[in-house]
Amino acid sequence: MQTLREFTRKTKRGNILKIVREHYLRDDIGCGSDLCQYCMQNEAYQLTSQYEIKSTLFKFPHYIVLDTNVVLDQIDVLEEDVLHNIIVLTTVLNEVKHKCSSIYKRLNELIHDRTRNFYVFVNEHHQDTYADREPDETANDRNDRAIRLAAKWYDTHLQASQESKAFQRTARAVTRVVLLTDDAGNRAKAEAEGILVANAAEYVKSLEDFPLLVDKLSQKSFESEKQALPQYPAHLSMKELLDGLRQKKFLQGNFQASRENYLEGSVNVEQYEQGILIQGRESLNRAVDGDIVAVELLPESEWSAPSEIVLEETNVYADDVPSEERVEDEQDMLQQVQAAPAAERTPTGRIVGIVRRKWRQYCGILQPSLIEDTTRHIFVPADRKIPRIRIETRQADKLQNQRIIVTIDSWPRNSRYPHGHFVRSLGPLGNMATENEVILLEHDVPHCKFSEEVLSFLPKLPWTITPEDYAKRVDLRDLHICSVDPPGCTDIDDALHCRELPNGNLEVGVHIADVTHFIRPGNALDKEAAARGTTVYLVGKRIDMVPELLSSNLCSLVGGVERFAFSCIWEMDKEANVLKKRFHKSVIKSKRAMTYEEAQVLIDDASETSEIAKSLRQLNRLAKILKRRRMDNGALVLASPEIRFQVDSETHEPLDVEAKQMRDTNSMVEEFMLLANITVAQHIAAEFTECAVLRRHPKPPPTNFDPLVKAARYQGFEVETETGLQLAHSLDKCVKADNHYFNTMIRILTTRCMMQAVYFISGSLQKEEYFHYGLAAPIYTHFTSPIRRYSDIMVHRLLAASIGADSTYAQLLERKANEELCNNLNYRHKMAQYAARASVALNTHLFFRGKQEDEEGYVLFVRKNALQVLIPKYGLEGTLYLKSDKDGKDGLERTKSELIFTFNEEDHTQRCGNVVFHSFDPVTVRLSLDSSNVQHEKLVFKLVKPYIKGFSVESDNTAVEATAANSQPPAKKTKKDKKKK
Amino acid sequence: MAGRMELLSEQGLRLDGRRPHELRHIKCKLGVFEQPDGSAYMEQGNTKVLAAVYGPHQAKSKKAEGNDLVINCQYSQATFSTAERKNRPRGDRKSLEFKMYLQQALSAAIKSELYPRSQIDVYVEVLQADGANYAVSLNAATLALIDAGICLNEFVVACTASLSKSNIPLTDISHIEEVSGGPKLTIAALPTAEKIAFMEMSERFHIDHLETVIETAMAGCREIRDILERAVKEHLIHMGSAADWARVG
Repeated sequence: MQTLREFTRKTKRGNILKIVREHYLRDDIGCGSDLCQYCMQNEAYQLTSQYEIKSTLFKFPHYIVLDTNVVLDQIDVLEEDVLHNIIVLTTVLNEVKHKCSSIYKRLNELIHDRTRNFYVFVNEHHQDTYADREPDETANDRNDRAIRLAAKWYDTHLQASQESKAFQRTARAVTRVVLLTDDAGNRAKAEAEGILVANAAEYVKSLEDFPLLVDKLSQKSFESEKQALPQYPAHLSMKELLDGLRQKKFLQGNFQASRENYLEGSVNVEQYEQGILIQGRESLNRAVDGDIVAVELLPESEWSAPSEIVLEETNVYADDVPSEERVEDEQDMLQQVQAAPAAERTPTGRIVGIVRRKWRQYCGILQPSLIEDTTRHIFVPADRKIPRIRIETRQADKLQNQRIIVTIDSWPRNSRYPHGHFVRSLGPLGNMATENEVILLEHDVPHCKFSEEVLSFLPKLPWTITPEDYAKRVDLRDLHICSVDPPGCTDIDDALHCRELPNGNLEVGVHIADVTHFIRPGNALDKEAAARGTTVYLVGKRIDMVPELLSSNLCSLVGGVERFAFSCIWEMDKEANVLKKRFHKSVIKSKRAMTYEEAQVLIDDASETSEIAKSLRQLNRLAKILKRRRMDNGALVLASPEIRFQVDSETHEPLDVEAKQMRDTNSMVEEFMLLANITVAQHIAAEFTECAVLRRHPKPPPTNFDPLVKAARYQGFEVETETGLQLAHSLDKCVKADNHYFNTMIRILTTRCMMQAVYFISGSLQKEEYFHYGLAAPIYTHFTSPIRRYSDIMVHRLLAASIGADSTYAQLLERKANEELCNNLNYRHKMAQYAARASVALNTHLFFRGKQEDEEGYVLFVRKNALQVLIPKYGLEGTLYLKSDKDGKDGLERTKSELIFTFNEEDHTQRCGNVVFHSFDPVTVRLSLDSSNVQHEKLVFKLVKPYIKGFSVESDNTAVEATAANSQPPAKKTKKDKKKK
Repeated sequence: MAGRMELLSEQGLRLDGRRPHELRHIKCKLGVFEQPDGSAYMEQGNTKVLAAVYGPHQAKSKKAEGNDLVINCQYSQATFSTAERKNRPRGDRKSLEFKMYLQQALSAAIKSELYPRSQIDVYVEVLQADGANYAVSLNAATLALIDAGICLNEFVVACTASLSKSNIPLTDISHIEEVSGGPKLTIAALPTAEKIAFMEMSERFHIDHLETVIETAMAGCREIRDILERAVKEHLIHMGSAADWARVG
């Protein structure tokens, strides 16, 4: 069954090393076709005559062999459920794997999709299709030859099978094999060798039944443009780049475009803490946010400072003539920047080449085209860091008011914008479902329905607790356990109890939903949960990590029902000192599921003497002691403006906004969760020194605090950031009698100086690095929310294994695998946070649609041409532009008035006449929604108080509707009002 | 992503094109030298080993303690055996370790009660190293002992096994598979008696998988034993044909 022919393959690597490897060629690799009469087939036929693709180019049934370049460029076409019977050679698979891991992943998904008939043919180990590398042949040429050899072999192999009498009697057309390649050289050689060949574009255009597939073809260049003048300097070749990097002539780093100014960006390079500034279109040289680039540092005399200007690209046409306005824009900015004082200048560079593109798919909309009947369009991505993309589509009319996904294919020198192609449409603009989909996609949140396979691992209903379950667990059904959560919470994962022991001490228990009882390691359900990592909360929508049956039913510790729990129980004295602790799995029956408010009422109501009320009061008292102790250790109280929307249950549109309230009970639950997390962290770190899942919060580097310290200094406060304790104390001292929100704002600023807390594996770091800065805890983990966080599931399993409540398994102790899991969790966690914020922003916009409100706010930052204003009521932050913009890019045309705002660099103030804006000054602003740009609807802030003639809007609230009649309305206002009508 | 490479493709082939349970190609030859009492050459894929045996002869007075048989081994690896030139052919820690392992496995196979106060010297030279060096050395040593006519309880053969990421055990791992970071289990066994003479493991995997990996290595040992047995018979037929031994096979 196996021919053992020995082969040697020599590869050279690094310091020229000859590597000799065996390479076995086999005769037992099947061709996977149901026509074949010779091969031993290893698995079910993948290539079947069930599908026939109708092509005008090849008018007979055919299989397709793909070249590597077709896979890399046309993966979107392949993903469309059109092409079937595709042969993927291992040569191609390996090349794709090396060149682009994301496409490799997508290709693999296609291969696994049985309905798509992708067959992987191991040509590299097949005795007839192996191509030995010839002397003086490049690896690329060899691969091309191997692909041709395999295509040829397939064709002759299948024809031989179809020559039989039996087949000829069926009178079916003979199936051939077609090679798709975009490489002209390869194509010519294939033709010479008698292989049927076509390039991807030709082939896709020849498909009769799918005319729209052409839109998804990757666009390397538009024909008309070939003669256009280059607009960008050329990128250096890969070899030059690598040489330059090695000689330290260039620096390599991750390019980050600025969100605010499309002509600015920075490259994060190891040696430079703040990164290297890149300014101007030519210096940016076609880098797209996220790319890994090589930068050349400019001489110090040409260094520049961040412009602090908010600049957005406007007037983009598909015809691509650089308009004078834009040039002006650019020069304006550069001039300003060059005038910057030497002290502010930072290392500046220009991008000489791209080491690796990190292009992905982008959500956005089509910009309405000025020319009718054109197939060329400009796509405007939702993410401001991404440039506009030119695409070709025949369905522009249909797509005009839809959110669509587009991907970049190339960015030639002579094109102002990158070329891309349409991938798919998400749905109509403004539709809540579409907008949520955009948020989820932009933040890479896996949100498709749970597959059948995943659901098959759920417990069968009706689910009952068996006597064996009782035997294995501690019975705590008699305890007065209750849960306290926000209103409307259906995934209750924690419950509490407290009772007095005969010896006068208190027994406090935290009971966490026992999710790991239902999710067994390694099955599809577990893998899906691990991949999702966390539940994502959008306004009015929850994307579960585990199927709803578990999250809202079997695991949720609802009141009055018996549920499995993982309990952490302490014996404490009256001063909240922990005397004993123990962990065990248990059966509990929560007596009541309460909201924070209900619990608060119960505690405050002195006439209430029920067991629950008594235990809540005890808990509350203990929590206060615990909290004080924590504060004394230097834990930080941070603030971030958080709000909650009341959402219409049918239209899913926000009805009202309220800031989240903090009650005693919130902090009570929080304290005990912290205590449980810390206790568990200590336990598992001691039991599993190498592979415990912990969470740490690194101390931010001192420079992070600079903006905070500066801002506080202008107000006459000194913030000490040496240690957490000092910081906490000095934050407490930042109080102003005339500005009660000042302290909160300082805390909001502090929050922004912080690092991200991350999950890690205990073996990967030194003990001192376990520290959690924000909580001032030497060790910390997540244990208390296994329904919505996968990290907690991992912790549960470790804890269960350590107390013998559950069996260990292979993956539990594998450090590398767990580290990979942690990295994924950190990523998902971050993305979930961003998605939640984006959702809040979206709903804020919806809320202000067609409304105008005057609100109290505070100046958070003073910038060169704008004030950053925070509205506490909505937890909203926005920009109040001070200088009018000639493009009228915010949709408002402002007269160029004599009003001049002077920016004072020294103390960061803006002065206009006798009005001075400091940071933290209270202002009143008028909020309204500017919908002129359908994609980026944005809130417009207009100054109401303090009143500056000609700039502020009239402060008269009641006159809002009547402004049209006002005798001297500023130009912008009339326009706004007209729009409203 | 950092970490272990996948040793088994989704199409069920290993990096060099073998299926999980397949051994590398084995070639062996007995009696390659005239001077020693027994010698053998063994090739397992690209790992190539020479073994020579002297003895049994009288034990040097120093080493002999009581009536026991002294098995003296030497493991050495040619300087040209690896991709980068090796500096020391023998005497380094790895060689000394292997030497002891060889002694341990061989003493389980040799009928030592037949050779009191004697000494047997086994010299092993790895000419080319491509994974499972110890296993191939032991297999070569076994053949050399047989060639020298020393009584054995049974063939003592060694085989390695590893575990792919998808938890499928792999037999007879090559150098590239060793350095790709998978666990490596080496077993020297007396296959017919189903006894394990020696076992060593590097890296680790969960105990749940240990049994299947051991079974895989044992299956490998049995397969190698069959190949060696055939080689011995062929050798005998060849050698003894003059003396009308042709009917032995």
